[in-house]
Amino acid sequence: MMRADLLTGELPGLDEALAAVDAFDQVLAGGLLRPQPAQAAGLTALANAVAGSPIAALVAEAAEKAAAGVAGEEHLLALAAGRTALFGAVHDAVVARVDEATGRPREATPPFEPGAPLPANLLASARAWLCDVARAGWRGLDHELAAGAAQVVSALLPAPELRRLAVLLDGFAAELAASCPGRTLGRIPLRRWADLWARGMLLTQPGAVTGAGAGAETAALTGRLLPLGVDLHEHATAVHAQVHAVFEPADGGPARLVRASVSAPKPDTVVGAGVWQLLRPHLSLLAAAGEGHAMELTGMPVTDEGDLLWSEERTRVDESADVFTTARVALPTVRAGATAPLDRHPARIAEPVLVEGYTVDRSGDEVAFVVGGERLAVDTGRLPAASPLTAQAVAGSRACIGLLRWDAGRFLLQPLAVQSAAKSRTAVVQAGAWAGGTADKSGAKAEKAATDTVTVLRERAGRLLRS
Amino acid sequence: MPMWEESSLVRVVPTARPRKLAKVPFVELAAGRLQGVVSSGSDVSRVYVSSVASGDFAFACRTNNNRPCGGARGGFCNHIGAMVGEAVLQYGGARVARYLQTDTADGDAAPTAQQLAAAMSAARPQQAADAQAVTGQVFARFLRHLAYLELPATTAPLPEMHWFPTAGAVA
Ligand SMILES: [Zn+2]
Repeated sequence: MMRADLLTGELPGLDEALAAVDAFDQVLAGGLLRPQPAQAAGLTALANAVAGSPIAALVAEAAEKAAAGVAGEEHLLALAAGRTALFGAVHDAVVARVDEATGRPREATPPFEPGAPLPANLLASARAWLCDVARAGWRGLDHELAAGAAQVVSALLPAPELRRLAVLLDGFAAELAASCPGRTLGRIPLRRWADLWARGMLLTQPGAVTGAGAGAETAALTGRLLPLGVDLHEHATAVHAQVHAVFEPADGGPARLVRASVSAPKPDTVVGAGVWQLLRPHLSLLAAAGEGHAMELTGMPVTDEGDLLWSEERTRVDESADVFTTARVALPTVRAGATAPLDRHPARIAEPVLVEGYTVDRSGDEVAFVVGGERLAVDTGRLPAASPLTAQAVAGSRACIGLLRWDAGRFLLQPLAVQSAAKSRTAVVQAGAWAGGTADKSGAKAEKAATDTVTVLRERAGRLLRS
Repeated sequence: MPMWEESSLVRVVPTARPRKLAKVPFVELAAGRLQGVVSSGSDVSRVYVSSVASGDFAFACRTNNNRPCGGARGGFCNHIGAMVGEAVLQYGGARVARYLQTDTADGDAAPTAQQLAAAMSAARPQQAADAQAVTGQVFARFLRHLAYLELPATTAPLPEMHWFPTAGAVA
């Protein structure tokens, strides 16, 4: 049983780390072309906050150069690294609290192994754009600068090993473009944009990610895979789904938490059911999870982080498996995966948990579960568009499988599946129920509309791209 | 609004709303313009490339072979009208009005496509001086947009996508 009371307490060292982050994030609002005294103070705050770390000297020098308006790319990279290190510490504090609340053991973080070098010219062009953005600052954004990413992204997208950087820059640039001109911006997503900027900078470093784009394969799994739910991510031109599951080894060893992922680039008009259509042919687990089936794995490669490197020929659909049975029987004894060094950021935390025995509080402008007197906010905003799971279904639930997340200084629960509180029925509704397709009337209508969209675009592409 | 500034996961750009693409396969708010591609009513191999600039509403409408549209000499043609209509479906009237800087932005109700087109026409906009260049740029953007369908899916994890949670159904 999860101890929700631990999720509302203060985290040690959090306020100091976030104060330094916030000070630095303000620096990027004004840009580093002609830094003002307040920006120099923000840079110093970042340098001071990492003073005890191995990169202290690098960040201090970079802060000095940046404050003088003479920062080169290597200095901007050092600033990005300093900010990332602070969030690494925040991540570790949040994960420690998550593990306390779940009582779950976790694999130790493996040492960082640099990946194979990637095409230096493409990385350099991405870095140059990010540096231009940092110099202009969010208030200095203009259409030309935002549009400058398009060429970089087009060059990165076709290479699988550069996909991570490509989708990050693509989503980031679209937000900047929609926010131009920067001088008229009312409110600025300071932390978010600084996150995306810093992460982009680090990904432009040769060796930051391995060739596969993720952690290295460390084992091969044979046994039963019991899905818990589907987590969907999307921006205008990319979609990514992650199935969270419990893996039970055939040899009777301890069960562990794993994830399987699938992603695809997409035109921005492919939305709703259309994103499931793009993904489902490449990951049979999506349909299995949606329909409530387990899968059998034979020698499936996995990373230390628990990411399955999916290969269809190593799978077989197994008997049906109810997600709440999995959550009640298998989830309490699992081991959690490690976090890759580059992924030590609180936004990456997505810990599967079962919450029940709560009352629903709808008094504010959000849904919250009250567990043992403690309030846990529920992020009903991140339910997929093509899904039977609605905010209303969440509010009328008595048990919920969700992902524990942390953002803007607090824990949130992202629902993956709920069990209805209505006495007459014990219906289970899953966020990813329609991932593999649906016979539901409104769902099928959305499927048809999405098929038409792709048909029109493919027809146009056939006529224009190859003419 | 501190939550907005201190959130890593706040949604900055709403998801496009679903719409039928047959008439206007492509529309976007980019480069300081509302721009798009409109199917020809009579010839399946021809499309019109239409655009309206933010602020002064300077417009352009030309075929994909960069020949001027006969309907867009003195003002907005039907293609531009169709594009504005589909932009309102895809983005919502409020976002289109804000991007184009029309005066319909005041008041609570989001402007309709007719209100937007009328407000822009009332300003007596001119043909864009760089219409030919703009047409080439917009058509290239359309081809780039179509190319996204040709890129392969992958089952390698993409941790960066955790910064882009699905925003669910848009009202
Ligand atoms: Zn026309």
